Amino acid sequence: MDITSATASPPPAPGAGPSPARQQGRAATRAGDRVFLALSRGSGILLLVIMAAIAVFLTVRAANALSQDHGNFFTAFEWNANANPPVFGIAVLAFGTIVSSLIAMAIAVPVAIGIALFITHYAPRKLATPLSYVIDLLAAVPSIVYGLWGALFLVPHLGGLYSWFNDYLGWTGILAYHDGAARSLFTIGILLAIMILPIVTSVSREVFRQAPRMHEEAALALGATRWEVIRLSVLPFGRSGVISASMLGLGRALGETMAVATVLSPSFTISTSLLDPGGGTFAQNIASSFKESGELGKDALIASGLVLFVLTLLVNGAARMIIARRKEYSA
Amino acid sequence: MAKRIDVSGLSAFYGAHKAIDDISMTVEPRSVTAFIGPSGCGKSTFLRTLNRMHEVTPGGRVEGKVLLDDENLYGPGVDPVSVRRTVGMVFQRPNPFPTMSIYENVAAGLRLNGTRVRKSELDAVVEKSLQGANLWKEVKDRLDKPGAGLSGGQQQRLCIARAIAVEPQVLLMDEPCSALDPISTLAIEDLIGELKERFTIVIVTHNMQQAARVSDRTAFFNLAGVGQPGRLVEIDETARIFSNPSVQATEDYISGRFG
Repeated sequence: MDITSATASPPPAPGAGPSPARQQGRAATRAGDRVFLALSRGSGILLLVIMAAIAVFLTVRAANALSQDHGNFFTAFEWNANANPPVFGIAVLAFGTIVSSLIAMAIAVPVAIGIALFITHYAPRKLATPLSYVIDLLAAVPSIVYGLWGALFLVPHLGGLYSWFNDYLGWTGILAYHDGAARSLFTIGILLAIMILPIVTSVSREVFRQAPRMHEEAALALGATRWEVIRLSVLPFGRSGVISASMLGLGRALGETMAVATVLSPSFTISTSLLDPGGGTFAQNIASSFKESGELGKDALIASGLVLFVLTLLVNGAARMIIARRKEYSA
Repeated sequence: MAKRIDVSGLSAFYGAHKAIDDISMTVEPRSVTAFIGPSGCGKSTFLRTLNRMHEVTPGGRVEGKVLLDDENLYGPGVDPVSVRRTVGMVFQRPNPFPTMSIYENVAAGLRLNGTRVRKSELDAVVEKSLQGANLWKEVKDRLDKPGAGLSGGQQQRLCIARAIAVEPQVLLMDEPCSALDPISTLAIEDLIGELKERFTIVIVTHNMQQAARVSDRTAFFNLAGVGQPGRLVEIDETARIFSNPSVQATEDYISGRFG
């Protein structure tokens, strides 16, 4: 946003530099300024051009696919762009993407808050520093490695846990489990939780670290225990920061591709049980179907990609709005 | 209500650095005791040892004894959290909790440690504390508004209300007026005069006129040189400290010859 506002400001007429500077005869500095201005403005314009190119490409190809879709794009439980007539809909993908991301959030956010509080307010410095490194290291693991680990370790080990869920919570329907490999949306949710943990943790950690010392002391002086200090001064201060950190994590979970494609066994059905295999996500479906797709099939995938693009944009926009509101409060 | 403080042989450290050395003094109940001295002489550090706030600074450590009536605050098995409930504190910069309303700020201390207080009881304590802090008339119609929306002087009185709401024995004030304008300062000083009927008050101040105006007894702290620990030079009746102190260094400081 900063870049667009910079380019939106009225550009000085080319060649005619600001005249007061010329009168002072600081030619060397001004040449540097001009080069830098051109470079930075060029970068800003380039970014806009790329964004526009992507948006136009997505829209045009998506429009082409949608005009030939014989099903309802939003409600059809089918993805047969190569069939005659072609029928494809995003209902299953939207469900799978949102549900797996929400599961990931439900697991990752409380854990991330816990880790961030431990690092900033409980752990001795000798432990806090290495722990921060380890968390950041989680972010450096490539997503395909998470996918392999998920498929080869997590899937075979979760079956037992899911059977246990089924025994005690199967009556809810959501947590019913009927054997089979645990290549389900819930497994994806667990994997995504681990993958977004670093970003949520490190942003929360920075926010908690900035909690004003004077408010912590105010709580301490009232006779607050350590947890009450956190409750009175750290959490209220960090609340909006944690929300925006979660949104960043959500954005990442929504778009995760390789790890999901490696673990999930895709199907175009919506199961009421989150533990049973099946389902799909936008990104996973694109990665899995791209190679076998014809021209129209690719355009159909692009249409689903456009939906994901808009979804992610909305989530990021919401995160930015919360961050902006926070600025007013902390002023 | 108000208790006597007896300090003997107290030293405080930041890691290996000794900040104050071997301080002994008595603070009388229901009176105001002022700490004066040049910057870095350890008067604020000493104040923070009186409610065990010094040790929350990383590396903070204390040796010696602080008796509140007969109980040693640094005795084995004494919980610093309960010490801080008995010895309240007001800080240099007003620090109401920014996300809380005026009402919630005053009630914050009462809701701690799992204490359940009835709403009517809470209302009464909030009103009494705000009245005690001379703030009730100004805020009684907007108790649900944020505490951070008040003026600096009002915020500081809100912090005093918050501190006295938990009925401490002692009230420590660390330069409570240094961030305030003269009129707000006067309001706080008047308030201190009223509060000493109920509490033992210790105030750190850089303003010697303020010490002379509000305190009954004054302690002068000094340090031998940069990097040296702060020491207590003398403590006496305020009138005597400002007219005829028994130590030459005190007279030099009071009359502006150094510091």
